[in-house]
Amino acid sequence: MQVEALYQEIILDHYKRPHGRGLREPFNTEVHHVNPTCGDEITLRVLISGFGDDMVIEDVSYESQGCSISQASASVMFDLVAGETVDDALRAQEEFLHVMHSRGEAEPDEEILGDAVAFEGVSKYPARVKCALLGWMALKDAVAQAAAAHEEELD
Amino acid sequence: MTSLSTAGLLDVESIKADFPILSRTVRDGRKLVYLDSGATSQKPRQVLDAEREFYEQHNSAVHRGAHQLAEEATDAYESARQRIAAFVGAPASELVFTRNATESINLVAYAFSNATDKARQGVALPESTQRFVIGPGDEVLVTEMEHHANLVPWQELCLKTGATLRWLGLTDEGRLDLEGLTSLLTERTKVVSVVHQSNILGTINPVHEIARAAHAVGALVVVDACQSVPHMPLNVNDLGADLVAWSGHKMLGPTGIGCLWGRAEVLDSMPPFLTGGSMIETVFMEGSTYAPPPQRFEAGVPMAAQAIGLAAAVDYLQAIGMPAIAAHEHALTQDVVAGLAEIPGVRIIGPANTVDRGSAVSFVVDGVHPHDVGQILDSLGIAVRVGHHCAWPVCRRYGVPATTRATFYLYNGLDDVTALTDGIHEVRRFWGVS
Repeated sequence: MQVEALYQEIILDHYKRPHGRGLREPFNTEVHHVNPTCGDEITLRVLISGFGDDMVIEDVSYESQGCSISQASASVMFDLVAGETVDDALRAQEEFLHVMHSRGEAEPDEEILGDAVAFEGVSKYPARVKCALLGWMALKDAVAQAAAAHEEELD
Repeated sequence: MTSLSTAGLLDVESIKADFPILSRTVRDGRKLVYLDSGATSQKPRQVLDAEREFYEQHNSAVHRGAHQLAEEATDAYESARQRIAAFVGAPASELVFTRNATESINLVAYAFSNATDKARQGVALPESTQRFVIGPGDEVLVTEMEHHANLVPWQELCLKTGATLRWLGLTDEGRLDLEGLTSLLTERTKVVSVVHQSNILGTINPVHEIARAAHAVGALVVVDACQSVPHMPLNVNDLGADLVAWSGHKMLGPTGIGCLWGRAEVLDSMPPFLTGGSMIETVFMEGSTYAPPPQRFEAGVPMAAQAIGLAAAVDYLQAIGMPAIAAHEHALTQDVVAGLAEIPGVRIIGPANTVDRGSAVSFVVDGVHPHDVGQILDSLGIAVRVGHHCAWPVCRRYGVPATTRATFYLYNGLDDVTALTDGIHEVRRFWGVS
């Protein structure tokens, strides 16, 4: 079945045993994103520290409701960005976005994406791309808000 | 074209032969099992041919010009109106063509907000139009099972005018909770807009009873008939409503055309929605007067080819017969409801029997998100819809994020029901919940 190229083992594993799930304290920013086409939702918190190039994502915590792709994607994202610098996290976000919009034509950078390369197959199913992006778009939003607030505190 | 066989079923193979798309394959050579007619139906060759013939032989802007093509195009367009109106038991003068059912309902909601705006500006309105002027203290009544298209326009109307939106709730069985009707309907209720057959639950609502109660308090009654006009014999006069909206593409017709039937005196009292060419009577720099309905509501060059295609769809449905189509779908629905009940962990969202229900069947598979159900079915060639089906409040009411929905039509047979139930077994195997 061709669909097995979509539902890679790594994705199914993360779906069944998600990493980093649950909303935790402390946090700087909380965002809530929905996928209006299917009703999937995620509430995501980020905690950041440091400034400029050294700004680090100390924690990402989330509660979500949705399909296997959206759940697994948030779990893989947690592994990739928690404890990393904001710059690296945003670079991973951009690379993931690029792969998702490639219709299967991109060559994902495993150095940057790690387990998230398993989502390459999702890009061939346009209706599922938004599922895979739900957590990542919430992360981008939360980090931007947290960073802006954090810089303001500095001023 | 075809005849009733045993058990009330149509001769599906001969019907399928009229639908070119149904012979194609999907996902690596799988036979297409199309169970998404509730979203949009497929089109028979007769509809495609009617559109092609119009463009090849008669194309011209309708209601403009005096050349031969303009005459032929106008005649074809108005003949289409007459045939489509007759299909629902109405005269042509009571049928307005719109872009889709969403626009039909917006047309009515905007009749209210436009009349209200004009009244606020001190514009003198005819007495018959006064009922469209609403404000704080007035109420709009809908139900919790409305498609977003019959909910959001009314929310907007209330936001603009200060009127209050109220709604009838649902029972656990997937039906309207009619016990609340008498307390919700008061002299403050100015309009009641209700779906005839729910697109997500399949429930067929007692529109006539609701309309009678609504009229008793002087409310205008609007019906969303998108899921009923394509699937059952329907005479708009029997519904007891004032206005009925439906779309063309769900009844074998092209996309880009919808219908709004309105009782003559109601349409006549409504201010226009979209304005411009075609809908006017006289135009001066200082102001304009408007044409009588239905032209008043058809601004701009109309969608002639789509109207002609929809009339061909109506001819096709009538040749088979709406009672026969309804009987066929009823037989399929019995089979689906019984088949789903036999699969462990599968729950129907909506009436779990075939009493007052159509062939739209929503369900959830325990332990598997509807998107993941749909993806496995798709890999088997089965096209269903997953999500909230533009009826998000219904999903919330039943505590599910989304559902998988199979919808059936005259070209589906019992083998399609079997493909669905076999497919759900495969879904459960794949996701390890069997």
